[in-house]
Amino acid sequence: MTLLPLVRRVLTSSWRFLRRDRKALVGSIILLVLFIIAAFPSWFTPYNPAAEIYTPGLGPSASHLLGTTSLGQDIFSQLMAGTRQSVLIALLVGLFSTVASVLIGVTAAYFGGVVDDLLSLFTDVVLVIPTFPLIIVIAGYLQGSGGESFWTLVFVLTLTGWSYGARQLRVQALSLRNRDYLLAARARGESAWYVIGVEMLPPMTSLIVANFLSSALYAVLTAAGLLFVGLGNVNSQSWGAMLYWAQNNEALNAGLPLWALTPGIMIAILGTAFALLNYAFDEVSNPALRSVARRAGRSRKQALA
Amino acid sequence: MKYLLRRFGFLVITLWGALTVNFFIPRLMPGSPALSIIGQSRGHINPAALHALEAAFGGTQQNIFISYIDYLGNALRGQFGVSLSSSFQPVTTVIMRALPWTLGLVGVTTILGFILGTGLGALAAWRRGGALDNVLPPMFIVVSAFPYFWVGLLAIWLFALTLGWFPTLGSYSENLIPNWTSWGFIRDVLWHAILPAFTILISSIGGWILTMRNNMITVVAEDYVKMARAKGLHPRRILWQYAGRNAVLPSLTGFAMSLGFVISGAILVEFVFNYPGVGFLLLTAVQNNDYPLMQALFLLITVAVLVSIFIADIATTILDPRTRGSR
Repeated sequence: MTLLPLVRRVLTSSWRFLRRDRKALVGSIILLVLFIIAAFPSWFTPYNPAAEIYTPGLGPSASHLLGTTSLGQDIFSQLMAGTRQSVLIALLVGLFSTVASVLIGVTAAYFGGVVDDLLSLFTDVVLVIPTFPLIIVIAGYLQGSGGESFWTLVFVLTLTGWSYGARQLRVQALSLRNRDYLLAARARGESAWYVIGVEMLPPMTSLIVANFLSSALYAVLTAAGLLFVGLGNVNSQSWGAMLYWAQNNEALNAGLPLWALTPGIMIAILGTAFALLNYAFDEVSNPALRSVARRAGRSRKQALA
Repeated sequence: MKYLLRRFGFLVITLWGALTVNFFIPRLMPGSPALSIIGQSRGHINPAALHALEAAFGGTQQNIFISYIDYLGNALRGQFGVSLSSSFQPVTTVIMRALPWTLGLVGVTTILGFILGTGLGALAAWRRGGALDNVLPPMFIVVSAFPYFWVGLLAIWLFALTLGWFPTLGSYSENLIPNWTSWGFIRDVLWHAILPAFTILISSIGGWILTMRNNMITVVAEDYVKMARAKGLHPRRILWQYAGRNAVLPSLTGFAMSLGFVISGAILVEFVFNYPGVGFLLLTAVQNNDYPLMQALFLLITVAVLVSIFIADIATTILDPRTRGSR
């Protein structure tokens, strides 16, 4: 029964946030459009994206908006069909690594002492091991064993993507640890899970969201880079695989720049959406970064009121 | 001193962690693909080298613990075996051929990117709301969302193929014989380096700009900057000698770290331009299932990062007295 007012409150406050913050608004609109394409790709693909039956190497025209590949596929249909994988990877890796960051970072800060020392050491070790080379090496071993599935990719990206967030969250949780209301909750004898979940996490929301967004961006870019060099499932419908096939068939030299370049633009559109939202949240938690004009406008309004 | 000892301990632990990961990954993979490849090299390399490879990848019947110790010993002595894809030359020889190209290309662009980016970031924060401050941050939000190798593809298409100003790939023209005393050859190398360097610069500079700008915004509000203004010091002196010097400290740590990432930082750019550096070598090793080369490269990259982080720690301790007391 109390759920409805809560939902309404969340919706109105996020709407107010979006209306005030142009970065957040643009980011959300882009994401919404891409989510719709990812959910219903067939609404947006004029041709079967997998079919290799059209005249190869066509330039853009009314029937093939972005032309065709030298393998005879429709580029526009491929782009639309590839949206789903990138969006899924972004959301899943974002979600999983954020959960891991919260679990490890906040646990370390809450318990302190030896637990903190060990978890922090572990986080720092994972943090400094160079991620991309490590992923390449893992992908290299997986190559021969048929283990290059979607879920392996999500797993590896999560494994390498949680540490930075864990470190940031630990620092923020440490600063909350000795606030009076938390001490009070502990003194009441609340369980660790209650204190962490109900008292500690809510004030950290903006940092957690920012973490989700930057892991999502990291996942999209890394996954695309891996597929581009041929590591992973290059026969999947994805922007990375398109980049791979374009590179493999020397699309640029063959005069098909649209094939080689448009998947990167799609990745950048998705990435920009995450980055825009990320900066918007950054400014929420650090008001000093807000643009001068907007701050001046607001204080003027406050002065008038 | 105690702090630095701690940091050195961290370096050792992380190095051990990386070595251990390196040892166990091939063993955890289904079907141990590494072994079948190594088996094919039987007869091409001497038995001792073959044994070392089997110890590293899990081919022998011996106790895994003994293999692990053998492997650690070999790694510490810099013995990584032979490269399976480069006619069984020692891995170190193969790597030393690629290393100078990466150090030259990525090293120089990393330093340039840091200097340019930090300078621009300081200026942007100094004139809050000015042209730089309004244009740069949003621009780099968009640039940071592009896969950085994509900038390379765009540069090839635009400047090499369409305009014909630069070569599309390689580190020097194939018809030239490498000769570092001839100006013609050096010019050719520079000419080949411009597009990859441009790609790396574009994709790395944004981070420096944003970090410096954000640090600078905090520092400019400090009392000693107000004091300097009140004293009537020349604005340029306040910008660089007062605010800039302090704001750059956090970036400096990042810069020292990024020097460690020089070796691995541009893998995909090297791939796009077929630039014969370490990153390109790593990808070739992966494509050819050259596991010993892969392992050694990964370790080299990790060591470079760890050492530079350690140097960054030392540098901050020397430059920023405030960090000495803490921890």
